[in-house]
Amino acid sequence: MSEPGTTTDAAASAASGPAAAPTLDVRNLGVTYRVRGQDRAAIRDVSFQIGPRESYGLVGESGSGKSTVALALTRYLPRNGFVSGGSISIAGQDPLTLSGAALRSLRARTVSMVYQEPGRALNPSIKAGRQIAEVFEIAGLDRTTSADRAQDMLRKVQIPDPGQVMDRYPHQLSGGMAQRVVIAMALAAEPSLLILDEPTTALDATVEAEVLDLVAGLRAEMATSVLFISHNLAVIAKMCDRVGVLYAGEMVEEGPAGVVFEQPEHPYTVGLLRCIPRRGQRKDHGRLDAIPGFLPAPGQQVAGCIFAERCALVIDECRTAQPPAEPVGPGHTARCIRHADAAELPRATPADVTLPASPGSGEPIVTIRGLSTTYKNADTELKALTGVDLQIMRGETLGLVGESGSGKTTLARALLGLITPDDGSVVEFDGRPLPVDLRRRPRELLRAVQIVFQNPDSALNRRHTVRRLISRPLSRLAGLSGSRLAERLADLVRSVRMEPRHLPLRPGQLSGGLKQRVAIARAFGGGPRLVVCDEPTSALDVSVQAAILNLLADLQAKEQVTYLFISHDLGVVRYLSDRIAVLYLGRLMEVGPAETVFSGPHHPYTEALLSAVPSLDGQRRDRIRLAGEIPSAATPPSGCVFHTRCPRKLDSGLCESTEPPLAEVEPGHLMSCHIPIADLRRMQETPR
Amino acid sequence: MTRYLLRRLGLAVITLWILSVIVFFAGQVLPGDPGRAVLGPFASRSAVQALDHQLGVDRPLVVQYFSWVGGLLHGNFGTSYTFRSPVEPFIATALANSAKLAILALVVIIPLGIAGGVLAALYAGRPVDRAISLGGLAASTVPEFVSGVVLIIIFSVGLKLTQLNHLVLPVIPLVLILFGYIARMARAGTIEALDSDYARTATLKGLPRSIVIRRHILRNALLPTITVIATQTGYLIGGLVVVEQLFNYQGIGRLIWSAANGKDFPMLEAGVLTVGIVYMVATLIADVLYTVLNPRLRVGVSS
Amino acid sequence: MTAPPAEAAATPGQIAVAHGVAAPPAPWRLLLRKPTFLIGVAILLFWIACAIFGQAIAPHDPLAQSLLAKNSAPSGAHWFGTDSLGRDVLSRVIVGARDILLIAPLATLLGTVLGTVVGLIMGYIGGIVDTVLGRIVEAVLALPVVVVAFLFIVAVGPSSVTLIVVIGFIFTPLIARTVRTAVLVESQQDYLASARLLGERPGYIMLAEILPNVLPVIVVEFTVRLGYAIFAVATLSFLGFGVQQPTPDWGGDIAANYGLLGAGYWWEVLFAAMAIASLVMALNLVTDGIEQVISS
Repeated sequence: MSEPGTTTDAAASAASGPAAAPTLDVRNLGVTYRVRGQDRAAIRDVSFQIGPRESYGLVGESGSGKSTVALALTRYLPRNGFVSGGSISIAGQDPLTLSGAALRSLRARTVSMVYQEPGRALNPSIKAGRQIAEVFEIAGLDRTTSADRAQDMLRKVQIPDPGQVMDRYPHQLSGGMAQRVVIAMALAAEPSLLILDEPTTALDATVEAEVLDLVAGLRAEMATSVLFISHNLAVIAKMCDRVGVLYAGEMVEEGPAGVVFEQPEHPYTVGLLRCIPRRGQRKDHGRLDAIPGFLPAPGQQVAGCIFAERCALVIDECRTAQPPAEPVGPGHTARCIRHADAAELPRATPADVTLPASPGSGEPIVTIRGLSTTYKNADTELKALTGVDLQIMRGETLGLVGESGSGKTTLARALLGLITPDDGSVVEFDGRPLPVDLRRRPRELLRAVQIVFQNPDSALNRRHTVRRLISRPLSRLAGLSGSRLAERLADLVRSVRMEPRHLPLRPGQLSGGLKQRVAIARAFGGGPRLVVCDEPTSALDVSVQAAILNLLADLQAKEQVTYLFISHDLGVVRYLSDRIAVLYLGRLMEVGPAETVFSGPHHPYTEALLSAVPSLDGQRRDRIRLAGEIPSAATPPSGCVFHTRCPRKLDSGLCESTEPPLAEVEPGHLMSCHIPIADLRRMQETPR
Repeated sequence: MTRYLLRRLGLAVITLWILSVIVFFAGQVLPGDPGRAVLGPFASRSAVQALDHQLGVDRPLVVQYFSWVGGLLHGNFGTSYTFRSPVEPFIATALANSAKLAILALVVIIPLGIAGGVLAALYAGRPVDRAISLGGLAASTVPEFVSGVVLIIIFSVGLKLTQLNHLVLPVIPLVLILFGYIARMARAGTIEALDSDYARTATLKGLPRSIVIRRHILRNALLPTITVIATQTGYLIGGLVVVEQLFNYQGIGRLIWSAANGKDFPMLEAGVLTVGIVYMVATLIADVLYTVLNPRLRVGVSS
Repeated sequence: MTAPPAEAAATPGQIAVAHGVAAPPAPWRLLLRKPTFLIGVAILLFWIACAIFGQAIAPHDPLAQSLLAKNSAPSGAHWFGTDSLGRDVLSRVIVGARDILLIAPLATLLGTVLGTVVGLIMGYIGGIVDTVLGRIVEAVLALPVVVVAFLFIVAVGPSSVTLIVVIGFIFTPLIARTVRTAVLVESQQDYLASARLLGERPGYIMLAEILPNVLPVIVVEFTVRLGYAIFAVATLSFLGFGVQQPTPDWGGDIAANYGLLGAGYWWEVLFAAMAIASLVMALNLVTDGIEQVISS
């Protein structure tokens, strides 16, 4: 059981600047990559300090250069990268000027790092224990002592059975477990500075929550300074005292985390925060705002403010000289000459709501009964879905949430006919059975059900032009040709907010957001009635995500389609969905209207998911934490599959023995739990 | 793991069976009339028929195939048309002779190729790397008989060192060919490992570069090379045919060549099958080794 | 119609190509910057010219025997000397490029076309087809190319067509295996699911969706195999199962004359050996260049 409530509420306690002798002092750092003979500046003039015991967050979208900073600090830039200016001081030493032996000693004792992909950060052919023990061996301890100390470290990162984990190879560890091993390894030398580079991005929400708690706890215990790098603003807000916002290699704003996220002073930060659905915002409350335009191309010379091209507050002065980092509050600076007006940044997207607030007609367009799917391997059977009953109503957006292995994507693919469900599964579309085999579906049904995939790089054929990609469904599914096809093509391109000059381009020449627009246009080409959106924004940056969500909402209103919207991001799901279904290990845990599911009483698993997700809004829920690993779908637990991790499990043994049915506990609200709804309501209302 | 190896063994048997069909097809179906092939166009019809009957090739194909395979299973590989005696003793002697050459070549080339590849990877993009990579590429693509005659010209004709002809000169063309492949594979594996996240982890732990390379890089980098070395035995035997011919060395390659030249199909078939079996055994050993050395395969995911 | 918000509100020109500046140079331009590639191309072109215009370039008739000038060392009259039948070695080396440069590319082309078809089917259709073909590939792989070629050439008799067909057929499973692997990588991509959702037929998916994406792999495989084909043709000729004497051929000429090396007549084999070596090395320089450009 992990201990709840050990989190230091970082955002609240901070506000003080760095202490006298900072652990990390970066001044005017510049990093350049040499690509095909051209120098491209990746980091320009970045300065920041991290005080002892301080936790500093570096936040930015892809291309901001945040990981490059980490690599420069440890002097591990790729072969074509070099520090072009400035200085770094880690506990008084400059890694850039150290000799080989001194650099090794700095890496061994003073600074260590935790990486995004724990599975890949560990050597596949060396046992976990040995890899941690190595750290002690460098420090001069003998092999046995090192092994003992390694085991101590595993205990410290709350691994339940450290002795056993010592002897495991990395591939035998789950993602969360592997990240604990990496953290143990990083903290083994008691470094002055711990760098965490997107440490939880590859992990599931409930596992992420545990790891974040662990890091927060260990930081308090070990008095280490932390540099926390993430694209996720909420994670930074939760974990850090101070925060620096990177944009295109420049630090545009810096200050105490709470202040920066509540009263941002740089137009980029303001815009970024507006892109995220917050405080229970829903599509019928209005559109999200988006940041127009694109990052400057790598290596592009920008004379004035780096953000000027995309800024709604831009004046002529902005384009002539790089603005200085102006102090805007205690320990708070912003590189913007118009910071005083930043809060009133004009919207890039009109807020007007064009959506009918009606969540569907109340009659089902899809009815799923007893849907099961099994993946068969040579010697294993993996049941991805077990007896799922679900209805999707005409015109609504049904949000489907769950962690990896919950079966969300399998459900979508079964519906689309891309995988064959087990015998006895029933899927009806519009009251008629939907042939499970795609090849047996008549054109009418093919065009009726389409999908927007998660990753447009994978979903679009990179050898085809945009014109071909979008025209194909028009001719194949809508049966158009000639001028009628051209007309509809132009119309479709307009409605996904692209332009005719994109038509001759190939996907590789488009940005991520544009590629996803092409994919959306493809899905809508045949005039679908149900569109499955499988994590359509999770491969995109926050500022692009907002524009895509707006587009999906607009298209739904215009084309009157039904959405099955799959996402692991609860904020996004809440924004777009009318109803929500929660999956765990291939079983439906809860289905109900979005607001009911979010406000509770909810299924204990839903409750855990909601409390696992860090929020920017500062409101603290009663936190329940899930212990242990997500069980393998190949060997699901008996009874209620959630009982092994359920914090509200009944003492009677009922949960272990009997699987609860999915029952209607309130009008329209279904749940699979033995605990009566009244009891759940009481438990979830009273703080623990 | 046992399960995997049994499966692997089963697949090898199936492959061997397909191989036997191919060999049978090429050796006994395609040539049409073996009696005519052996005796030539001017022999009398009755002589050809008599020989065909004696060889048993006038029976239905299926019967021929099963009697041939049945023989194989009993260690009876057939009777040579040329020598009119069982082929096995010829094969055995030739195989032993060839093994000497092959093993000598492998003993030289495995450490050399791996060292060259690792060195090239450590200095990737620099002149050392370009020299090893391009040199290896050139060496591995020049046919053995070309490098062989050049060696003969230099050492036997030029330097008059004819005593080298026996074992040293025949090995060099084989070594040249294999160097390129093994070095290339070792280089690719090492570069991949050097660029890996775990190499970064090891370096940022503060380990000296020599330990990073020895402990963290090489093992992962060289695993795939094992498989390549095994598959190269096939090329090695192909090279043996040429080298043995060129240096007049009585091995399996020369035996196959003579059989082909003399249209001695039973000998040819037996030789080709033997080569196939040797290859199978080599790749099987490599797979076992790979499995044993790779923890991902040795220990499955325990839940 | 709603007002066009979001990205479209940006200044025109921004939405277009995300990274407008310094588009990477076209791959073939990069190739032209590589000296090793250019050297390879030059040598290759030289031999192609010899193959096409050989008879016209050659100073003597490559078949003309001169019993008075047997085994004569290089001289002003015969730059590369003469062979055991008194034929001009230089002329035979020049004309000797012809058959090998005809047989090897055609054989490779045959193998590439067949191998691509089989590889696409194995990779995309999968199942039992893949299993059966996979075993056959394994079986052919178990034998050195030269040995398999022996078996078939002995059975049907040597000729240029036999060589092309036999080498092409032997290459088919090898190329199929490479294409299959590339297809399997593509099969993980969602664009195939997307095509199936449009009701596309398997033939269209294989040819219009997958093939363009695995084409770079096939190009590299073709050039690599071409090197092997030259290797194999030369070796088979040397062993007496390829181009037949008296047709000028490098491998065949070496086989015909290396027995006389003991007598010191090195010129009769050395120049042909150099010709083969320069051809395969040139080809590999070209392949190396293409591979580097495609992989970067």
